[in-house]
Amino acid sequence: MLATIGLQHYLILSALIFSLGVLCMATKRNAIGILIGVELVLNSANINLVGFSKYQTGKGDGQIFAVFVILLAAAEAALAIAIFMNFYNNVRTIDVDRGDELRG
Amino acid sequence: MIEDAAFYIFAGVSLFSAIAVVLSKNIVRAAVGLLGTLGGVACLYFLADANLLGVIQLIVYAGGTLILIVFGIMLTSQSPWVGFLPTKVQAIAASIVAVILTIGIVRLVTLVPWAQRNPDELSQSLTVKSIGDALLTTYLVPFEVASVLLLVVMIGAAYLARTEK
Amino acid sequence: MASITLPWVERNPKTLTSQRRTALTLLYSLAFLHVLLVIASWAWLTPLSSAAKDLTDGRIPLVLILCVGSVIGMLTFVTAALVVTFYRLVGRILAAPWVAFIIFIGAIVGIILLAWLHAEAFAFVKNMAHPAYTDVNPAPKIFGTSIEYEQSVRSIYEQNLEPYAFKIPFVGNVTVLAAYILWPLQFAIVRDLVAVGGIIGFISIVPGFGIWWERKIAGRMQSRMGPMRAGGWHGWAQSAADGIKLIFKEDYVPPSGDGLLFRLAPYFALVPAICAFIALPFAAAWVFRDLDVALIFILAMLGIEVMGVILAGWASNNKWSVYGAMREACQMVSYEIPMGMALLIPVMTAGSLNLGAIAEAQGGGFWTWFIFKNVWCFAAFFIYYCAALASCKRAPFDLPESESELVAGFLTEYSGFRWSLFFFGEYAAMFVISGLATILFLGGWMSPFPSEWADKLIDPNTNHFVATIIRGVVAENPLWFIAKATFMFFLQLWIRWTLPRIRIDQVLYACVQVLLPMMMVVLLGNTLWILAVDHWSWMQTTDMIINWILAALGVAVVIGMLAIASYGFRHNKALVGSMAADQLPGK
Repeated sequence: MLATIGLQHYLILSALIFSLGVLCMATKRNAIGILIGVELVLNSANINLVGFSKYQTGKGDGQIFAVFVILLAAAEAALAIAIFMNFYNNVRTIDVDRGDELRG
Repeated sequence: MIEDAAFYIFAGVSLFSAIAVVLSKNIVRAAVGLLGTLGGVACLYFLADANLLGVIQLIVYAGGTLILIVFGIMLTSQSPWVGFLPTKVQAIAASIVAVILTIGIVRLVTLVPWAQRNPDELSQSLTVKSIGDALLTTYLVPFEVASVLLLVVMIGAAYLARTEK
Repeated sequence: MASITLPWVERNPKTLTSQRRTALTLLYSLAFLHVLLVIASWAWLTPLSSAAKDLTDGRIPLVLILCVGSVIGMLTFVTAALVVTFYRLVGRILAAPWVAFIIFIGAIVGIILLAWLHAEAFAFVKNMAHPAYTDVNPAPKIFGTSIEYEQSVRSIYEQNLEPYAFKIPFVGNVTVLAAYILWPLQFAIVRDLVAVGGIIGFISIVPGFGIWWERKIAGRMQSRMGPMRAGGWHGWAQSAADGIKLIFKEDYVPPSGDGLLFRLAPYFALVPAICAFIALPFAAAWVFRDLDVALIFILAMLGIEVMGVILAGWASNNKWSVYGAMREACQMVSYEIPMGMALLIPVMTAGSLNLGAIAEAQGGGFWTWFIFKNVWCFAAFFIYYCAALASCKRAPFDLPESESELVAGFLTEYSGFRWSLFFFGEYAAMFVISGLATILFLGGWMSPFPSEWADKLIDPNTNHFVATIIRGVVAENPLWFIAKATFMFFLQLWIRWTLPRIRIDQVLYACVQVLLPMMMVVLLGNTLWILAVDHWSWMQTTDMIINWILAALGVAVVIGMLAIASYGFRHNKALVGSMAADQLPGK
């Protein structure tokens, strides 16, 4: 297991963080907790991109993709926080299970 | 040798913090755990010669997004210790899904014979300059689309978060 | 003279207290033991010193510990014993005037001399190893890691040094001894540890001196003396005394708050400030890691520092603390934008992201400094300085800890050592932003004179030592950087005790509606200016004229400041509100 670091190490780390992010999204009922889970998932994707960039292409394209992912994550967080604030203003809580007004 | 040890240390920090994110009942502690993950992953980027990416991760994620998240937590929580816990059934179901997902992806990753090359042999001239050149030549369209997207997000967020009058 | 009273010191100089007698006996016996150890190990080393030529020779660490270690131990114990013996004389010296400045400046000059000596010794040994190697003047690198170093040390052991070796009686072969002393530095981790020690030492000097200095300045501005007791001359040991007091204070953790985060928060505030020093160069080679993204790295570290403040406020579970933390969060996030944009101006002007290259581009005299380059750079400097003050939560932007409205803001619940950690972080960050302003706008470590003058002054026959000094004064020197950064640091203290604190809505208004639009105009203006200077020849003339006007303006401001200061200094007794202490009845 403790071999020289290769592509697989990056991929496995990424897989573990991805699963933890999914678990975080599934178990948190606080809307911001779900956002934190999304950030974990996006980070795991970035680890993949950097790993492939280092061990397969050797060019910067993986890093540039990761830069765009970070940018999207920032944009998504800004919008999500704005939506949560609106949600909080309407429902007076941030528990996502309370946002069930449209349920039939 | 030292780099291998450093990889394990930083990967361990990231994983440990990610586990802390999942297990913590308090949302601010989860945000601190996320800070640990972001820092560990940024160190991994530094290790993988992606200096610019690591710094962007620190400045945008840790210095911007995370502070926004904590700010959001402060604005939307009624008291510091209110936690919304999932029911036992939800937690167990989610854990089972996550375990299956982990096993599946790890199995897949170890099965595929990745065409892997030695990073020392690849021509690595990944300076800030080369990445900047690539952003303004090869990736010009995504770059411009991203800037328009940011503008849209800025206006949208300001519109959504405005006070009702 | 302030007398120093210590509990273990006797009242009558003729008698010894038992504690002091014990301490003296212990120290002198330890010193004597080390003298014996030195003699024994030198005797054992002399035959060995010509034998071990292999870098991996296992005897080298042993010799190092026995010889070098015992000499250092002997010096330490003899000094300690002498201090305890002649404590009255030492106390009198410490209480003498100007000791604070002599200690502070002596520490900095001493570090630089040490680094220079180290570089000279290295060059000497390298010259022994490669007599054909002509470049004997490598840049001093205490903060740097160079591969050259490792190769040179290695080659010393691989080559036969007999023709160049000269022996000193009782000491042995000088070259081999120097090689022994340099031996640990072949390992990158040892060099890194030395550099990290240097950084942490510097960070502990900065707040210690800065807090005392700030209190003295505050006192002078309010017609009082500031701390006068601790230490002797103008209370120079006040910070040390405060530090000792803070360590022994009660360590309070609010029971209703989040204990874990409360304990973690000071480290989130301190560690990023230390990390920023990793990439901050003090001179061309005086940098721990010469990153190509150093500028963004430092900015990121200053950004993460806020996390500590927010967590401190949150974990205290106190409304004042949470208000302070909220203010810090919105203030920091908004002021980072104009600050980052202002930093782009010198990057654009120099055409490089490397801090070293940016400083080198300003080496042609003070009129080539980027602050005087053109109007846009001039404006960018002030915008940067305002935004940096705000992001460092210094007055007039110190809303997070404004004591008149929020008790102490996020610091309300903190006490003792954790409280002082926040101040370590804050003063280190203040030095970092001053250093960034120095490198980006004020020529960094380059002197105000054109660096060509050094080449004219040094002809090939000049003594090597004299040439080094001339180059240090006329061309470039880490001391120039420290002097300029200290001046920018002083400016922050000056602003703090001059301007009143503004309201939080004014803080945010100033950022979003004043600084940000202004900065966008400046960014666009600088871009077009650079393009225009490249394209039209008449723009080059305009550029030069504006450059000279701005430089003249800068000189006028400096001369005016000096004139006002000297007037105040000469007439200080006659000015309204001069020192209250001078008008006491007894005087």
